[in-house]
Amino acid sequence: MEIVVCIKQVPDAFEVKIDPETKRIIREGVDSIINPYDNYAIEEAIRLKERFGGTVTAISMGPPQAERALRDAMAMGVDEAILLSDMAFAGSDTLATSYTLSDGIKKLGKFDVIVCGRETFDGSTGQVGPEIAHHLNISYITYVSKIHNISDGVMECSRLMEDHYEELKACLPVLITVVKEINQPRIPSLKGMLKAKKAQINTWKSENLEGDISCYGQDGSPTRVVDVWTEQMKKDGRVIEGETEKVTDVLFDELKKLGIV
Amino acid sequence: MAAIKINHEKCTLCKLCIDACPFGAIEIRDEKLFINENCNLCGICVKTCPEGALSKEESVVSFADISSYKGIWFFAENRDDKLCPVAFEMLNAALQLKRDIGEDVAGILIGNNVKKFASELTARGADKVYVIEDSMLEHFQEETYASAMAQLIVKHKPNIVISAATMIGRAFIPAVAAKIRTGLTADCTDIGIDPETKLLVQTRPTFGGNLMAKIICRNHRPQMATIRPKMFEESSDVNNGQPDIIIEEFDKSSLLNNIAILKKERMQNTVVIQEAEVIVSGGRGVNDPKNFEMIRELADLLGGAVGASRAAVDSGWIPYPHQVGQTGRTVKPKIYIACGISGSIQHLAGMQTSDYIIAINKDPDAPIFRVANLGIVGDIFEVIPVLIKKIKEARKC
Ligand SMILES: Cc1cc2nc3c(=O)[nH]c(=O)nc-3n(C[C@H](O)[C@H](O)[C@H](O)COP(=O)(O)OP(=O)(O)OC[C@H]3O[C@@H](n4cnc5c(N)ncnc54)[C@H](O)[C@@H]3O)c2cc1C
Ligand SMILES: Nc1ncnc2c1ncn2[C@@H]1O[C@H](COP(=O)(O)O)[C@@H](O)[C@H]1O
Repeated sequence: MEIVVCIKQVPDAFEVKIDPETKRIIREGVDSIINPYDNYAIEEAIRLKERFGGTVTAISMGPPQAERALRDAMAMGVDEAILLSDMAFAGSDTLATSYTLSDGIKKLGKFDVIVCGRETFDGSTGQVGPEIAHHLNISYITYVSKIHNISDGVMECSRLMEDHYEELKACLPVLITVVKEINQPRIPSLKGMLKAKKAQINTWKSENLEGDISCYGQDGSPTRVVDVWTEQMKKDGRVIEGETEKVTDVLFDELKKLGIV
Repeated sequence: MAAIKINHEKCTLCKLCIDACPFGAIEIRDEKLFINENCNLCGICVKTCPEGALSKEESVVSFADISSYKGIWFFAENRDDKLCPVAFEMLNAALQLKRDIGEDVAGILIGNNVKKFASELTARGADKVYVIEDSMLEHFQEETYASAMAQLIVKHKPNIVISAATMIGRAFIPAVAAKIRTGLTADCTDIGIDPETKLLVQTRPTFGGNLMAKIICRNHRPQMATIRPKMFEESSDVNNGQPDIIIEEFDKSSLLNNIAILKKERMQNTVVIQEAEVIVSGGRGVNDPKNFEMIRELADLLGGAVGASRAAVDSGWIPYPHQVGQTGRTVKPKIYIACGISGSIQHLAGMQTSDYIIAINKDPDAPIFRVANLGIVGDIFEVIPVLIKKIKEARKC
């Protein structure tokens, strides 16, 4: 079975800091990590391989340094990795990103299951997975929380909606987006890390893909970010210390003022 | 190819653009300004440069007949044979846009036996309702909903299409946008009309709420956005003349697909936390699944829902659907009460845009206090029972 996992490199949430003066995100020294949800996607892809056989290929679109995220994925147990990196991809919104990724996946050839995270930490649109499915003309299921079985080209899985779980059956090929509940991602083994360090990561540029070049990058992106600014995180809040009775009184009065008691 | 162009003769290497770039895409190489692959072409640098040394080149790709797209559509979500409150929030958002561009507001109902909801929408201000009914649409499924909605859009060419950023909206609207090859702005906290260009201006948080962005869709139609629940009030009753209810004919064969729903299992005790006005959340400090009863009791008294930090969910004290944060749910209630939650950045990412935040934590240095409007330094096992008692007493008299 051919399994593809789509991963994105994002800035490490722990370290996103805002410059109090310029109100910009400080980038210097900020580490990049695999998008948190994508660790669950990688883990599930590897588990599928372990349960049903096959190979796992990780694919990412991003700047050259995104290679590191792919190596980290290989350290966990991914077999092959493809980086789609080209200035022509800059400024992609989700439509262009998903188009480009689907071109990369088409170039890989055969695929049975494509696994995506539910959303990213930076863009957090959750749109890339469903849009890839459209470009590849295959079915997709969002918020998958468990894969029960795959046999005879049919996957049985559960997914989590707002107030209920659903059990579904889907014919392969299928794309899924996964929620955290699906598994507990493994820590890479030392052996895995050594292997990943030496592994070959293929980088494909726009000319290596067969799609319509006008659909890549900003030219292929209907949306435009016209302004960005940072929000003040710090509220001008007050912090109360003291006897339980006293602080609870303050709290109670506040809830009264807010109109909920 | 679109790109940021540098006029090196004008550039004084003042570095203002380097500081301004949110993506770390500008650097100095060989004593010259250089734009690297991190560039998102957002154009902030162009605005920052005092010398006019930066400019943005855009290749204009234009949609054939933009001006023929008219009307403001909203997806009227229904679940369990009821219209969702978010449907009326979207209706209200659409009505606000109508004030600025004067186009008709139409609700889209998709499902089985949903025609009966149409009059509720028209009674609250919708000029038109399109109904797409079929037994195959009884249960939500990404592909059937997306294909029904996309067909309708291709046929009637609306200018704007909005939907709530609920799990359902976020699951199928991207496929609609991709089918039509138009843009989609996710999870907006505000939308409005630019007075000059009449374009839809969409505001949304990213990076867990740390970075806000304004996004437009200039050359493609419809302009599409998903909008967070609770950003707009529900619309109220109006009398708007003679509304239209249109039962749409559509190609039912397009609903055939490869996916079957085998069964649905309702979760017990869950309120959809994204839609709650008040959330009381427990973290590691709650210490035990039994103690969540206390959190739940407070939530019930306040008419709210129960949330949790990742630590509490990972310890198995409360199921994952309650998790608030980066790998859980993003919420923005009117009041968020964090009990025994330290406030890791990942948790903050999911709740810091709440209107009013209260934190109870025994550690005065807990990071949660940095985002709290009111912080109570205290033991939740002392404070909460006393608070519950007070609320009950107050209600009695
Ligand atoms: C401030 C800001 C706001 C933005 N708002 C919007 C918007 O509203 N609408 C819009 O269309 N675009 C928007 N974009 C652009 C969008 O973030 C990029 O297109 C991004 O490359 C992909 O979207 P995402 O990060 O939201 O991915 P998501 O759709 O949230 O990612 C879901 C999953 O898709 C896969 N995936 C996503 N990106 C990649 C990748 N590069 N390589 C491999 N796998 C991937 C992963 O499995 C991931 O878990 C915005 C960008 C910025 C900087
Ligand atoms: N009984 C308690 N009452 C209030 N806060 C608590 C209590 N026990 C632990 N905490 C706080 O709960 C938080 C747990 O955070 P963490 O361990 O990071 O998940 C810490 O900030 C503790 O200070």
